[in-house]
Amino acid sequence: MRFQLDADQRALRDGTRELLAGRFDRDRLRAAVDAPALDRRLWRELAAAGLFALRLPEADGGVGLGLPEAVVVFEEAGRALLPGPLVAGLLLAGAVDGAATGERVVGLCDAAADPVYWEHPADCDALVLLEAGEPGRAGRAYRCAPAEVGRAPLASVDPLTPLARVLDPPRTAPLAGLDAARLRREAALLTAAQQLGSAARTVELAVEHARRRTQFGAAIGSFQAVKHLCAEMLVRAELARVAVYAAAVTGDALDAVGAKLLADEAAVRNARDCLQVHGGIGFTWEADAHLHLKRAWLRAESWGGAREAEERLADALVRE
Amino acid sequence: MDLSYTEEEEAFRARLRAWLAEVLPKLPPGPAATDWPGRRAYDAAWQRMLYDAGYAGLHWPVDAGGRGATPTQHLIFLEETERAGAPYVGANFVGLLHAGPTIAAEGTAAQRARWLPPILRGEEIWCQGFSEPDAGSDLAALRTRAVRDGDDYVVTGAKVWTSHAEVADWCELLVRTDPDAPRHRGISWLAMPMDAPGVTVRPLRTLAGSTEFAEVFLDEVRIPVAHRIGAEHDGWRVTMVTLSFERGTAFVGEVVACRRVLAELARAARANGRWDDAVLRRRLGRLNAEFAALWRLTQWNVSESMGLPPGRADAGPRGNTGGVPGTGGSVFKLRYSHARQELYDAAAEVLGGRALDADHPWVTDRLSALAYTIAAGTSQIQRNIVAERILGLPKGR
Ligand SMILES: Cc1cc2nc3c(=O)[nH]c(=O)nc-3n(C[C@H](O)[C@H](O)[C@H](O)COP(=O)(O)OP(=O)(O)OC[C@H]3O[C@@H](n4cnc5c(N)ncnc54)[C@H](O)[C@@H]3O)c2cc1C
Repeated sequence: MRFQLDADQRALRDGTRELLAGRFDRDRLRAAVDAPALDRRLWRELAAAGLFALRLPEADGGVGLGLPEAVVVFEEAGRALLPGPLVAGLLLAGAVDGAATGERVVGLCDAAADPVYWEHPADCDALVLLEAGEPGRAGRAYRCAPAEVGRAPLASVDPLTPLARVLDPPRTAPLAGLDAARLRREAALLTAAQQLGSAARTVELAVEHARRRTQFGAAIGSFQAVKHLCAEMLVRAELARVAVYAAAVTGDALDAVGAKLLADEAAVRNARDCLQVHGGIGFTWEADAHLHLKRAWLRAESWGGAREAEERLADALVRE
Repeated sequence: MDLSYTEEEEAFRARLRAWLAEVLPKLPPGPAATDWPGRRAYDAAWQRMLYDAGYAGLHWPVDAGGRGATPTQHLIFLEETERAGAPYVGANFVGLLHAGPTIAAEGTAAQRARWLPPILRGEEIWCQGFSEPDAGSDLAALRTRAVRDGDDYVVTGAKVWTSHAEVADWCELLVRTDPDAPRHRGISWLAMPMDAPGVTVRPLRTLAGSTEFAEVFLDEVRIPVAHRIGAEHDGWRVTMVTLSFERGTAFVGEVVACRRVLAELARAARANGRWDDAVLRRRLGRLNAEFAALWRLTQWNVSESMGLPPGRADAGPRGNTGGVPGTGGSVFKLRYSHARQELYDAAAEVLGGRALDADHPWVTDRLSALAYTIAAGTSQIQRNIVAERILGLPKGR
């Protein structure tokens, strides 16, 4: 047992962080806030770097890595607040032509959710819809042409993620070879990985600000009320980290549920505490804390929220 | 990232399991919670059994009488003994988890030979004389004085909250050997025999009703200079070695135990109908995620400590926070001590009216859990450590 990132995983993390710093820096982030339509060029660049083909076998032109590596990469995407249907891109890279190369943008929606949210509806060239599974039987996956999907647009709380509600999912022939239960589980875990990245990033943002900002003649980070907020943020992020990493290693469904629960909490609460540490500037559009918070809210509602997770984890206690 | 165990480790686990299955059923029931002499004898007998079977000081270095096992094997040992319901380390806690390892790391050959074997065999019980009436969180404010007189130190002062002092043979004692030096520089670490003339132990009653800790008064107690571990005035550094043990793997078994209690709570709630309460159910579900993650955090911290000298787990680079020095133990302790309290608050909810019955073990444990955010460094102090040493925030006044 050596539960640490190995040398390759650390290199992958550092490389991804560098790549994103180069292609999606804060200026690009801010530009995306003003114009949230997906940047197709960036999408293809990310694909060229292997972001979506990460888990495809090398024989199929993929990178041949596993779920733990995908989690490491998605944590970085979460740190950078990288927008777009990233989870769908990775999970459907082998199922929809052009998804792996970034030529086509594919969305993934869960009909078991209520309501059924669809991220970046205007940017998707294809949509895969997971049928609400009956108990004991995994649901099927359908592929739809976006134009045929009835939807109601809504003003998304997250300025970086346009949203629609799916009203009327068409039923076409189910896609063969897709395991809906597995897609749900892995989507939850990859979403949790992004939450983890965001939670870790907001600790850094809070700490940077707490070191720089002075009041009463001292850095606010020397005041315990602020210091202790920051310490709790780190604790939340670290607990989420080990849960997410372990779930990636075991591939276990319940581990993924627990990891999502803790990562959701870490991302949402850390973003709020980060906002608090920033004071008045934290309440403005200028600071990034609100962008982390809004995205964290959105991700917390995707692929299983707290109520569902807690019920499943409770149920597991009496089943054991 | 690897969570699997090697064949050798699994073989070790299997041997240990088989041994536990053989010896545990023959073990007599433990003494009453308030019977400290009984507790001492019981814990000592268990330690002797571990010693005879080759499991004592598993992770201690071989030249200190240990088995030189890997941190992973130690983790397996703690996990399996707890899972099998083996006795808790109990009265041997201080000897095995910090006095012993400190002597192993900092003592001379003669000191190791004198003190380590009896600890491993369960023959001598240690207590920890660090805290004082006016020096708790601010440990370096300690005032107990040691004045050199020939080959002895003459020690006068008072210690407090000293766990197991009533039944201990030895005390790891922090004393001020140079009152004029800066606070952290004039401290020394001594091994004090508890039966030395001038030592008075006055048991204190805890809010849980037991006398597990005590006040210790020291009135011109003579302690040979040869009982000093480490250099004179260098006791603070030695203490930091001691504390890193306390925060390392000290809670591993307890996390396993909490997960077992949680499952018991769920079953009890199912049986008495409280399971229908969605709020309670969700609380238990959340605790399930927390304790599972705390177990992963333990595995993470242990993995991180591999390759470091024993006891220096805290000195390892935190691979995940960009190389800032880590204090994984503080991160763990913060979350764990609160989760444990929440666990027993949930237990009270499951118990309903019976939550006032102090004979119920969950009620006693609920009371005991209140110590966790205070003992071994309060939550506030842990937050300071995390903020200043991991996050690099400026020191306050
Ligand atoms: C069950 C139990 C067993 C123990 N066993 C032992 C033992 O065997 N040997 C031993 O030496 N000691 C032992 N202790 C003592 C323990 O280490 C101290 O109680 C602890 O370090 C706190 O010190 P204090 O009690 O003096 O509280 P104080 O330091 O007076 O703290 C009181 C309150 O003030 C807060 N506070 C203090 N300083 C700060 C600060 N800088 N910033 C923010 N908040 C602050 C604390 O968090 C706490 O809430 C034990 C304690 C308990 C409860």
